[in-house]
Amino acid sequence: MDVLDLARLQFGVTTVYHFLFVPVTIGLSLLVAILQTLWRTTGKNSYLRATKFWGKLFLINLAMGLVTGIVQEFQFGMNWSDYSRFVGDIFGAPLAFEALLAFFVESTFIGIWIFGWDKLKPSIHLACIWLVAFGTMASAYFILAANAFMQNPVGYQINETAGRAELTDFGAVLTNPVVLAAFPHTIFASWMTAGVVVIAVSAYHFKHERDLDVHRPAMRLGVLTTLVGGVGTAISGDALSKVMTSTQPMKMAAAEALYETTDNAPFSVLTIGSLDGRTGTPVVEIPGLLSYLATGGFGGQVHGIDDLNADYQALYGAGDYAPYIPLTYWSFRLMIGFGMLALAMAAIVWWSTRHGRLPSRRWFWPTVMWMAVTPFLANSFGWIFTEMGRQPWVVFSLFSTEAGISPSVGMRTVALSLAGFTLVYAVLIVIALKLFFKFAKAGPPSEEDALASASGPSDDPDKPMAFAY
Amino acid sequence: MELTTIWFLAIALLFTGYFILEGFDFGVGILLPVLGRDDRERRVMINTIGPLWDGNEVWVLTAGGAMFAAFPHWYASLFSGFYLLLFVILLGLIVRGVAFEYRGKGTTDRWRRGWDACLFGGSVLPAFFWGVVVANMVRGVPLDDGFDYTGTVWQLLNGYALLGGLTTLLLFTAHGAFFLHLKTAGDIRERARALGWKLAALTAAPAAAFLIWTQAAHGDALSAILITLCVLSLIGALVLDLLGRGALAFACTAGTVALASAALFAALWPNVLPSTSDPMNSLTHANAAATDKTLGIMTWAAIVFLPVILLYQAWTYWVFRKRVSVNHIPVA
Ligand code: HDD
Ligand code: HEM
Ligand code: HEM
Repeated sequence: MDVLDLARLQFGVTTVYHFLFVPVTIGLSLLVAILQTLWRTTGKNSYLRATKFWGKLFLINLAMGLVTGIVQEFQFGMNWSDYSRFVGDIFGAPLAFEALLAFFVESTFIGIWIFGWDKLKPSIHLACIWLVAFGTMASAYFILAANAFMQNPVGYQINETAGRAELTDFGAVLTNPVVLAAFPHTIFASWMTAGVVVIAVSAYHFKHERDLDVHRPAMRLGVLTTLVGGVGTAISGDALSKVMTSTQPMKMAAAEALYETTDNAPFSVLTIGSLDGRTGTPVVEIPGLLSYLATGGFGGQVHGIDDLNADYQALYGAGDYAPYIPLTYWSFRLMIGFGMLALAMAAIVWWSTRHGRLPSRRWFWPTVMWMAVTPFLANSFGWIFTEMGRQPWVVFSLFSTEAGISPSVGMRTVALSLAGFTLVYAVLIVIALKLFFKFAKAGPPSEEDALASASGPSDDPDKPMAFAY
Repeated sequence: MELTTIWFLAIALLFTGYFILEGFDFGVGILLPVLGRDDRERRVMINTIGPLWDGNEVWVLTAGGAMFAAFPHWYASLFSGFYLLLFVILLGLIVRGVAFEYRGKGTTDRWRRGWDACLFGGSVLPAFFWGVVVANMVRGVPLDDGFDYTGTVWQLLNGYALLGGLTTLLLFTAHGAFFLHLKTAGDIRERARALGWKLAALTAAPAAAFLIWTQAAHGDALSAILITLCVLSLIGALVLDLLGRGALAFACTAGTVALASAALFAALWPNVLPSTSDPMNSLTHANAAATDKTLGIMTWAAIVFLPVILLYQAWTYWVFRKRVSVNHIPVA
């Protein structure tokens, strides 16, 4: 292991970790906003209880997303200073916009929402959680726009004397075809993730047949969110595949371990044999599917790794321009596989609970609860595929990962910080999960408690706060 | 005015806003074991900043993002060069941020004590190390011709920088005491007041020494004025607290923080990170900057959005203007 490996490992660990919480935040903020809106419009107190219940779980998750995000903001400079020098003129602006337009909104209005139940008019209080929900989506857009530049650089020119990429068209950076496809894909995936979390927690209460007046509507909302999110993820994933094939054909070839350029290329669900697919034997193959994903037609031509490598060597000089194939091959499948598993689970839950039914097989609800891990795995593998599939580039076709590292940062420094972050993150996730389960099991507050803490402004100066840390 | 000048000022402003706002958050965290005699009182203290701390923290994220966009070399050299200092700050901010949310979610004494320790440690470390970072930035560090830091982490722990860290640590603590005086009611308020002027007095010596050192080594006429005002403002805080004028004393420490930060950035100008090994390698507002194109876009964004942000953050402070006392804390 050298500094480069450690720095990459650190980036991967901290970013994947950040992205365990982010999709839940994006999805749950919206669901809490919807529940609170339902309470306001229908007047049914079960919605208020659901809002309070899910609001609490949302905040346990948010805290983690938030603190791990700060690390992200600093990391580019700490470990990737030459990368920062190279792309700063372009890449910094979306990050600054994210802070100005998204983080300020999110973090200010979440504080008001948490503490504001007895301070604000109910309508304004409701507006706060909607602002948070929109803030999270704005945040995702800007960060994905920044990431899209790394996948498909646009709106720039290279300044040879300054040795960096310089902005020529900010509009092009913000409407990069990659972000236009990756944003819906990520948002749908986030909805799916939050939906599955709602299903799993509700499943626990279905199993014990507790507070079903609160959990049944939540379960329905969770199922609906997962179905919409799942179908949306698949459709947008297909669109993203086409964009990816046109911008980074190597990544598509690597996704299938396709070495030779092929018409009517099949998609192998499973392969055995060598991990890099050179001598592998596909076990289950769907004819033409890879061509369809890549080009939109079952007969379309998909370029192979060997041909692309030869093309790139002619363009960029000697070297190996293929990513690590076993990883791209498997992470692509696992993303899709785990996601589709979650989607199927939601459909089954919907079917088994239709018209107020309660499935009674003993294994049913525990299985549903365990399925909660699937969207998290799908998300992580999706990112691992996206980022590892871009290798050896950090900015595709312009700047290699190797060149991006901080020259002044030594091995011991990176090792120390990697160990430190990993340790703290490991401890924190245990605590966060314990708390999440504790409050998930505790269930919603009683109707009186929920109403008492949502009473709106009061004239009594000595009244205890509706919420306090 | 040149765009690079505007952005130097904007980044100075963002850091200054951060130090004023999160300064008292840190102060409250540091005073937690000192002023909070029991769990209820500690909760009073935590809840004075409960709805506000996260919004305050975004100031530094924006400062970082803006630095990355407007002065990529500044961001790259500073963050890679000061790696371990920032690592410690990050660890502090992580445990502190989680502590706010998780502390009240357990019931045992041990649980709360543990998170109290995180709040304390997570406030002390950034309060101290931000001072070390800024002091080193003004003092300059050895940079090579690629603008990369060539020193060791021990060189960043020099006397001047440690004095800077001590200054911010004490100043933020005093700032926090005055904030508590302003935002609490009852016993704890009295204790905050009684402690406030002592903390201000304790801050005075290192702060004066640090600022005079800054002036002597790096200052100009503007920084001299700012430093004088800064010291006066600190003395004002002390006196006003003794006179029982807590709100004004708080305004004065806010002024002290603002003036100290302004003086440091004035002393830094026109550099953004001077090189002590070879002045040719110094990063300045000119050679560290992004293109005018990027700076122009950022300028428009700042002109449009910063006022809006200031408005809604001010509104938050208005919504939560009420003093907090033990009566307001619901039983857990
Ligand atoms: C629940 C999560 C989930 C599910 C079910 C899927 N994805 Fe996905 N995918 C992601 C979560 C995700 C992600 C984590 O959100 C990624 C990482 C980067 C991105 O933009 O989204 C991603 C990236 C990603 C990329 C890489 C984009 C790039 O490198 O530029 C492609 C081509 C697809 N996806 C395609 C699909 C297809 C065809 C799916 C089939 C149904 C699919 N995804 C399901
Ligand atoms: C704007 C968003 C993102 C940016 C700018 C970004 C940038 C980078 C950079 C600079 C690296 C290091 C160089 C490299 O090894 O390729 C990297 C690697 C990595 N990133 Fe991203 N990333 C972003 C989002 C994400 C997200 C959200 C995830 C996952 C949750 C992720 C997962 C990874 C992984 C797993 C690696 C390690 C790959 C490796 O070891 O080579 N990235 N990314
Ligand atoms: C690698 C690049 C990334 C950086 C620099 C970054 C930075 C941050 C920061 C600083 C925060 C805390 C904000 C606060 O204090 O309010 C945060 C939270 C957040 N990030 Fe990231 N992030 C990255 C990757 C991503 C990706 C890829 C997404 C979405 C697709 C994302 C979405 C969010 C969201 C929605 C939040 C707010 C909710 C939460 O705190 O959980 N981030 N991020």
